[in-house]
Amino acid sequence: MIAALTNPARFMAFSRWAAPSLGVIAAILGAVGLWLDFAAPPDYQQGYTVHIMFIHVPASWMSLFVYACLAGASLMGLIFRTALADAAARAAAPLGAGFTFLALATGSLWGRPMWGTWWVWDARLTSVLVLFLFYLGYMALQAAIDDETRAARACAILALVGAINLPIVHFSVTWWNTLHQGSSVFRRDGPTMPATYLAPLLLLGLCYMAAFGSLWLVRIRAEVWRRRAGALAMRAAG
Amino acid sequence: MNAIAVLMRRELALNWGRGGGPLLALAFYLTMATLLPLASGSEPARLAVVAPGVAWLALALASLLSLERLFERDYEDGALDLLALGPAPLEAVAFVKCAAQWITTGAPLALLAPIIAISLGAEVQLAPLIVVTALIGGLGFAFCGGIGAALSLGSRRGGLLIAVIVLPLFVPPVIFGAGAIEAFAGGLDWKTGLMLLGAYSLAAVGLGPFAMAAACRNALS
Repeated sequence: MIAALTNPARFMAFSRWAAPSLGVIAAILGAVGLWLDFAAPPDYQQGYTVHIMFIHVPASWMSLFVYACLAGASLMGLIFRTALADAAARAAAPLGAGFTFLALATGSLWGRPMWGTWWVWDARLTSVLVLFLFYLGYMALQAAIDDETRAARACAILALVGAINLPIVHFSVTWWNTLHQGSSVFRRDGPTMPATYLAPLLLLGLCYMAAFGSLWLVRIRAEVWRRRAGALAMRAAG
Repeated sequence: MNAIAVLMRRELALNWGRGGGPLLALAFYLTMATLLPLASGSEPARLAVVAPGVAWLALALASLLSLERLFERDYEDGALDLLALGPAPLEAVAFVKCAAQWITTGAPLALLAPIIAISLGAEVQLAPLIVVTALIGGLGFAFCGGIGAALSLGSRRGGLLIAVIVLPLFVPPVIFGAGAIEAFAGGLDWKTGLMLLGAYSLAAVGLGPFAMAAACRNALS
């Protein structure tokens, strides 16, 4: 399927319907998920702040998922040299940075009432922060090289270097955290989650996933159009 | 083999001779270390706690400084094109350049590191370990940094871009290096940190040249 979609004409035909459909699916899933979320009773310990979880946890899932998509598209672009894969990688980066930022910001807002602090140098928080820095570096490199194909290739190399490095960063940060005997108050998983919370959480996770798919397709389409417009302008200029 | 030896000699001569050689990085390192007490207060007790860590952080920043010239100079005057056409593969060229960078910048910085750490209040017994970790970490800094330098070839605002790309890659060596020193100071197991640092640097030495060569080919295409 992916091989078939590397053909821009076929991709445009497919995404023309897929992008809005995924958007509608995301809206429905989000509406149901949020309704279930607000119907759920406040947590016995966290009170109403537990609602932040439904925004925060899917965002942090997506931050890694989008990086995986980005690295996959970059690999495809490096191996098969298809312009569409380059466009896909380029289109994914700001979305991933957005999800990562959302995860960090909501985590911080959640941490203030729960742990009494905006930020803890916990292993997981720190590695998400470094992931955010990787996204920023990627976008900075993209913006700094004028030639588009060269920028795409350089960014693809960087994305793969980052993909190798992210697990190492996570490991090193965890190692550092245990060394520092850090915040043991912070235990995320806790007791098993009751179904009243789990159902909306999973729904919202799927909602984020569909929303990302939709936005990604829209951005890739925009990228394809931009290139066409550039080509037409070149032809018109003679 | 001969080509590589010649290239090594050229790189060492250029790095050592041009633009003050390692002096610039050393001066930057010293300046950073001077600013720290001015910014955070000079009570010895407070400084001593952070001294090894700050010495390491400043080391990472100082090794960023000369990265911009690593490929850019040869890229601009066309020498990189000749090197790409020459007998040695670009991977070997990248390896030699980073190794020369390590010898001419990383090693002097590593020798300065214990002096700075001790002047900030670290224990004198830490000095050998600081030199060793700084030498090993410098190897990782040179080879990871080379990736950033090669990727940013032909871009606008190279220096700042290299810093943004490369500093996230410096997270593991900074953690392992500073962690090993801190563990040693606290009488804990410091060998793990040192070995992990070595592993990271060796991985950078092994994999970095391939990424650098791919990035250089891309910039030359």
